[in-house]
Amino acid sequence: MHGDRIIVQEADFDVAAEYQRLAGDAAIGAVVLFVGRVRDLNPQPELVSLHLEHYPAMTAKALQQIVESARERWPLDAVTVIHRVGALQPAEQIVLVLTASAHRIAAYAANTYIIDYLKTKAPFWKKEVSAAHSVWVEARESDQEAQQRWERENDAGCSGIGGGRSAPDGGA
Amino acid sequence: MLNVLYFARLRDALGVEQEELPEGAATVRELIAQLVARGGVWEQELGGARVFRVAINQDMAQPDDAIPAHAEIAIFPPVTGG
Repeated sequence: MHGDRIIVQEADFDVAAEYQRLAGDAAIGAVVLFVGRVRDLNPQPELVSLHLEHYPAMTAKALQQIVESARERWPLDAVTVIHRVGALQPAEQIVLVLTASAHRIAAYAANTYIIDYLKTKAPFWKKEVSAAHSVWVEARESDQEAQQRWERENDAGCSGIGGGRSAPDGGA
Repeated sequence: MLNVLYFARLRDALGVEQEELPEGAATVRELIAQLVARGGVWEQELGGARVFRVAINQDMAQPDDAIPAHAEIAIFPPVTGG
């Protein structure tokens, strides 16, 4: 099993290099890579950039907790989360979530779980900066709902899509 | 003393990034009530319908969570990363 790789940085990341780190590991049958990018949905042409702020002391801890919680639910061979901060231009990469497992369904589900929790529990904030003014992006209700879906699943006693590890109380 | 940090839109609205407060509030709810009692923009941002989050020592907290001595409290809007 590869150690968790959790990084917050201003610099861009290299998706191919992150994938290549797993080369030669025959235990890994599936790798899911999610990349979030800066969209330019602003109908006005003056959007200059997005500014990403975070709470450094808490960010590392929050991301670690999210990744650990995913590892408890699914058998994962590697997890990489890279989140950028600072000034970003439209079409730039913001976040990478890589999940690797022996099985496709676990890799897919864990990847979705991590990004859903990251969007509601990790202390990052986006500000849209234009020539004239800057506006903090409001949290989206749909992100909150996506994260709560996992909690309902947990409450219902389901081990999650793809069959995670046995429950600590010896279930299944 | 408590170290209180404000982030993103809330920091801009309140005009403060960090402050030290004497110990005294037993819970998050009590601390927020103390801040709301300052009136003005504090009451507008923390005393009404606007949604905000609180973390104690870098963990998300609920209103009735106890505040330990020398805690680092962070108050911020709902997060928008990813």
